[in-house]
Amino acid sequence: MRKLTLAIAVITPMLGHAASAEDTIKIGYIDPLSGGGASVGEGGLKTFQYLADEINAKGGILGHKIEILPLDNKTNPQESLVQAQKAIDAGAHYITQGNGSSVGAALSDFVTKNNTRNPGKEVLYFNYAAVDPSLTNEKCSYWHFRWDASSDIKMEALTNYMKDVPSIKKVYLINQDYSFGQSVRSDARKMLGAKRPDIQIVGDELHPLLKVTDFSPYIAKIKASGADSVVTGNWGQDIALLLKAAADAGLKVNWYTYYAGGAGGPTAIKQTGLDHQVFQITEGFANSGNQAAMDFEKAFRAKVNLSLWYPRAVNEMRMFKAAAEKANSIDPIKVAAALEDLKFEVLDGGQGIMRKDDHQFFQPIYISSFGKLAANEPFDEENTGWGWHLVSKVDTPQAMVSTTCKMVRP
Amino acid sequence: MLELIVISTLNGVLFGMLLFLLSSGLTVIFSMMGVLNFAHASFYMLGAFFGFQLTKWIGFWPALVLAPLLVGAIGMVVERYGLRNTHKHGHVAELLLTFGLAFAIEEIVSMIWGKSPLDYRVPALLDFPAFTIFSTNYPAYKIFMLAVSVVIFVALLIVLKRTRVGLIVQAALTHPHMVGHLGHNVGRVFMVVFGVGSALAGLAGVIAGPALVTQSDMAAALGPILFVVIVFGGLGSLPGAFIASLVIGLVQTFAVALNGSLASAFGPLDPSAGPSVLTDIWNVTIAQVAPIVPYLLLVIILIVRPMGLMGTRES
Repeated sequence: MRKLTLAIAVITPMLGHAASAEDTIKIGYIDPLSGGGASVGEGGLKTFQYLADEINAKGGILGHKIEILPLDNKTNPQESLVQAQKAIDAGAHYITQGNGSSVGAALSDFVTKNNTRNPGKEVLYFNYAAVDPSLTNEKCSYWHFRWDASSDIKMEALTNYMKDVPSIKKVYLINQDYSFGQSVRSDARKMLGAKRPDIQIVGDELHPLLKVTDFSPYIAKIKASGADSVVTGNWGQDIALLLKAAADAGLKVNWYTYYAGGAGGPTAIKQTGLDHQVFQITEGFANSGNQAAMDFEKAFRAKVNLSLWYPRAVNEMRMFKAAAEKANSIDPIKVAAALEDLKFEVLDGGQGIMRKDDHQFFQPIYISSFGKLAANEPFDEENTGWGWHLVSKVDTPQAMVSTTCKMVRP
Repeated sequence: MLELIVISTLNGVLFGMLLFLLSSGLTVIFSMMGVLNFAHASFYMLGAFFGFQLTKWIGFWPALVLAPLLVGAIGMVVERYGLRNTHKHGHVAELLLTFGLAFAIEEIVSMIWGKSPLDYRVPALLDFPAFTIFSTNYPAYKIFMLAVSVVIFVALLIVLKRTRVGLIVQAALTHPHMVGHLGHNVGRVFMVVFGVGSALAGLAGVIAGPALVTQSDMAAALGPILFVVIVFGGLGSLPGAFIASLVIGLVQTFAVALNGSLASAFGPLDPSAGPSVLTDIWNVTIAQVAPIVPYLLLVIILIVRPMGLMGTRES
């Protein structure tokens, strides 16, 4: 293995053109491109490639073109570190990842160690979707920046909405058995308990991450519990198959989800016939009503043939550009400093801020429901004829949470 | 509670029958060649992908017939030009061949169809709730899966136990030389049986594809549990595989339905001890460990009854 690494290390520089290696900004995209997370991972890759093209078409960042390096981590933390090293060896000073907080924690740790050991060769980790709160609290790192709202921000907003819905009496929690799913579950228990003590938690399920192919046994259990609402942080095939099994069994409950809009989700919701009974919480969505966002959505769909599932990726890449231009450098150390407390107009409108204390980006948050479209809502999902409809918006100041992060600065 | 039991039983039987559809082919092949076919789940995957592609071109029903035939043909080629040549080098060589084949098939499939899940839908004809029980709908497609599995089980049993073909196959298993001396082409018998076994896996793939997920890691996801089924049922025993499939289907489904944990049985640990590895183990529910229960069963049966439930020989 060492010989192989050595050989690659010797050969790789010979293959690349020395000049272009200086010119392009390489961003290692480390996410699942196979297995249960592949559908979200491939969608994310197309989004980043689209965003890179967009920036490159306008002259790149300070004249440097962006190149996205796709690296398959199979949703596995160990594999992710191998891929991160590969990205660094290929000359990337930036890596981006989103799917799986277990992966996020491993990468944050890896980048932090790498930057301490290799001064002058720093790497920044841009996190666009790993939402475990610990990444900006006890495990926070100066080299990690998160554009997605952390799980506790989302749950805060979601439970603020749920507390005003009197018909919610019995809630069932079903989540993936790893750090993120566990944080959704404990946040939901804590916040619902505080805001609506009368709500009964009738079930609290953890299932293996991206391994279940048939959710019917879980649906049977939800049904037997008599729940009227389900809260879930499931993503990837775990939300699509969960909703599919619910559709097959004819389960009629309200769904409060983080990611029901992911690949396969909308099709399954349409099948259940639950018109505006499935909710999701995001930092933006197709029918948000913001003109710039809707123009972007239209162009994105025309080119990529997918709905924009990651408005945060748009914010991430555009803010990266803004920070580099502010610092007048693409050096990771200078970009990191420029990102701190940087205020930015987000895609769906409103100002967001990258908080210096914990490198969490705060932005307006939306709760939307899925169902028949109103006249002013042009975008449906997965050709179902149904789309997302605005239910509630939380502005940036209300979407801020405190942090316990004690940032170690270089 | 009654509702949960009834629904879980139905779900368990359904999953069990799917497992049987898969393990029937594997167990027939094993009893004949004495080799565990590691590529069996890959043939299942091929069935699902062929089924998907043919459904797109010519519709689901022709695909249901053609895809298993195609997979069966591939199986026969593998036996004729692969396994038969390695046979003289012993079982280890055969085992390694099927092991390598499994990886090759997975790579080829992900090269052709990509690595993300395919949009393989239930045919419109079967896309309706068959019946409603405790206000839970039962999709007609699942009943169809169940019916196919039962038909295959009965048909296999009749062919193997009641017909001349079955007689020759069974004789070829135990006394290949004698059968050869009697003028039967033992090589061809092996090839056909391997083909039929692969075709059964292919059939399971075509049927399970729309109900579960059709993607390039589906073989790896289901492969290990197949071995549990055939070892548990008794290597080479068809009724054993049938019973084991049902048992594992039911056990796994009911394990999901149960909420019990050590904490609920013996009370919570002293909170002053604080969170530790022990409290994690203490609070884990049976539902959370459901996926490993079948493998636990495998270990137990190997200790208690190494030949399996209905197996006749130890190996």
